[in-house]
Amino acid sequence: MIEIKNLHKSYHMGKNSLHVLKGINFTVSEGEMVSIMGSSGSGKSTLLNILGILDEADEGTYTLDGTLIKNLNERIAARYRNKFLGFIFQSFNLINYKSALENVAMPLYYQGVKRNIRVEKAMHYLEKVGLADWATHLPNELSGGQKQRVAIARALASDPKVLLADEPTGALDTKTSYEVMELIQGINDEGKTILIVTHEDDIAHMTKRIVNLKDGIIIDDSVVTQVRAKSEAYV
Amino acid sequence: MFNIERWQEIFEAIRKNKLRTFLTGLSVASGIFILVILLAIGQGMSNGVAKEFENDATNRISVWTNVTSVEYKGLNPGRIIEMDNRDYEMAVNKNSEKIELKSGVYSRWGQLTNYKKESGSYRVEGVRGDYQFLENETLVVGRYINENDLNSFEKNAVIGNQVYLDLFKGKEALGEYIDITGIKFKVVGVYTDPGGEREETRIFIPLTTAQRVYNAGDKLRSLAFTLEKHDKYEDALAASEAFSAELEADLKAKHTIAPNDERAVNVNNTLENAKRFYDLNNMIRWFFWGVGICTIIAGIVGVSNIMLIIVKERTKEIGIRKAIGAQPWSIIGMILHESIFVTAIAGFVGLIFSLILLQLVGPFIETDYIRNPSVDFSVAITTVIILVVAGAVAGFFPAYRAANIKPIEALRDE
Repeated sequence: MIEIKNLHKSYHMGKNSLHVLKGINFTVSEGEMVSIMGSSGSGKSTLLNILGILDEADEGTYTLDGTLIKNLNERIAARYRNKFLGFIFQSFNLINYKSALENVAMPLYYQGVKRNIRVEKAMHYLEKVGLADWATHLPNELSGGQKQRVAIARALASDPKVLLADEPTGALDTKTSYEVMELIQGINDEGKTILIVTHEDDIAHMTKRIVNLKDGIIIDDSVVTQVRAKSEAYV
Repeated sequence: MFNIERWQEIFEAIRKNKLRTFLTGLSVASGIFILVILLAIGQGMSNGVAKEFENDATNRISVWTNVTSVEYKGLNPGRIIEMDNRDYEMAVNKNSEKIELKSGVYSRWGQLTNYKKESGSYRVEGVRGDYQFLENETLVVGRYINENDLNSFEKNAVIGNQVYLDLFKGKEALGEYIDITGIKFKVVGVYTDPGGEREETRIFIPLTTAQRVYNAGDKLRSLAFTLEKHDKYEDALAASEAFSAELEADLKAKHTIAPNDERAVNVNNTLENAKRFYDLNNMIRWFFWGVGICTIIAGIVGVSNIMLIIVKERTKEIGIRKAIGAQPWSIIGMILHESIFVTAIAGFVGLIFSLILLQLVGPFIETDYIRNPSVDFSVAITTVIILVVAGAVAGFFPAYRAANIKPIEALRDE
C-alpha cells in the first residue's frame, strides 16, 4: 500500500538548513496499523506530512497504492489526497461554522457527490462513530473526544485507502484517548490501513507495529502484540 | 457560476458568518450610498445655478443709469442721469446690423392695480414688442405688445401669470379691463416666465403709453438688447463685450460723464455672466467628481482590507479544505464568489436606498442653490460594478496566495 525508498527532507530557514529526514525506507501493506514514534524533532510529523501529500520530499520515492507520488502540482495533489487519504489531526481541524454533519460531508463535496447522497453518507459515518444524535451541533458544542470522532468520521467519509493520524489523542485525556483508539482499532479491524504518529507508548502499543524514529532515521521497526483499547479502558 | 452546489456552500458560509458579511456589505453599501448622494447634490447645485440664469435671454445686454459719482468738466458728482429715446435711437442706428432684439424700458414700481374687488401692487413696465424675448417670456394666452400698440398709444396690458392668479383667480382675463393707478387698461395677454413668481408679478404696457400716462416725456429707465447670433461662443462673447464697451462710452460722452465713473452708467452683459456660470458649473462638477472618485477609492481600499482580513481569517479553513481534497481553484473561486456576491448585493442595496431617498426627498429640495438633485443611473451602476470588480481583484491576490500555500502551513496557522 505504502512504499518509501531513501526519503530525504530538509527545511531551509534563512541560511540554516535542517536535515530532518535522512533516508527513510519503509513499507506498509494493506490492513496494517502502524504507529510512528519518536521524540519531538525526530521527524515523525514531517514523515506523516509527506505520506499525506501535504508536503513533498526532496529526494527518494513514495508510492501510494501503486501510484508514484512525485512532482505533483497542487491540483493533482488535492485529487490524490481526496482519493487516497483521510486525515485525523491532533487539534481536530474541524470547520467551526459548519455542523458535525456538514464537516463530515465536506470531502464528499470535493469529490462532487450530490448533496442528498452526501448527507446520507455523512450520516452513516456519524452513526459509525456514535454521534448520530449530534449531527446538527457545531464543533464548539462538542467535547474533545466528540470532535475527534467527528474528525474520524470525516476522514472515513471519502472512503480513503489509508488513514493518517497525527497525534490523534494528543489533546485528549486518557479515558477519551482510549475511546478514540478503540474506534480506530475497530476501523482497522474492518481492513483499513492506518498510520498513527504518537509519542505515547500506550497508544503505540494499541497498534500492530511500531516504527521508531530518531534524528531522521528509523532505529527500530518491530511488530508488537496489539493491546485492545477496550480492555484498558476498564483498568 | 451556475453550480448549485457552490451556491449552497456560499449561502451556508454567509449564513454562518453574519457579522462578517454584514460589515463587508455595510462598507460597500454606505460607500455607494454616499457617492450617489454626493453626485446628486452636485447635479442639484448645477441645476440650481442653471435655474438662476434662466430668467432672461442668455445673450442679453442691459443698460441702466444712476447718479454720477465722479466730478467731470466742472459738473458735480451726484447728478441724476436719465436716458431718453434719443439714447436708444443712437444705439440702435449705430449698430443696426448687429442688434437682434431691442427695447427701451420705462418702468414704475409698486403700482396699485385693481380688477373688480381684487387688487395688488405690481411693477409696471412700458416696453417694445421685442421685450418678450429679452425677458424669456412665454405667452399663456393672448398676445404681447405690438407695433400698433406703440404707434397709437393703446392702453393694452400683458400681465404675468401671478398677477393673473391674484386678480382673476383663474377666470377669463382676455378683454377684461384692469385699473392701474386709476387708468383702465385692457388685458391682451398673460405670460409665464421661467424666473418664477418674482418675474411673473409684472405688467407690461406699450412704452409710448407708459411715457405718456406717467408724464415721463421721452425718458427711459433702461435699455435692453441682444446681438445677432454667432456660431462660436468666443465670437459671441467678444462681440457683446465690444458692443457693451462702445455703448457705455457713447452714453458717457453724450451725458457728459467721466469715463472712469463706474456708477452712472451700468452695462450688464449676460453672456459674460453665462461664462462665469459655465465655469462655476464645471467647477462644481469637477469638485463633486473629485470627491466621488476619492470616495470610490476609499471604498475600494475598505473592500480590499476586508477581503484581506477574510482570507487571513479563513487561512486555517483553507488548509483544512485542502487537506481533505479541495482544488486550489475551487478555494479561490469560493472566496471570490462569496465576496462578489456580497459586494454586488450590498452595492445595489446602497444604490437602491440612495435612489429611494433621492426620489422621496429630491423634489422637495428647491432652494436657490440646490434644485432637483438627481443622479445619472448609468454612472451609479458603473460605480457599483467598479467597486465589485475592485473588491474581486483585491480579494483575488490574497485568496490566490492562500490557496497556494502548503496545507500544512495553513493548518499550523492558529
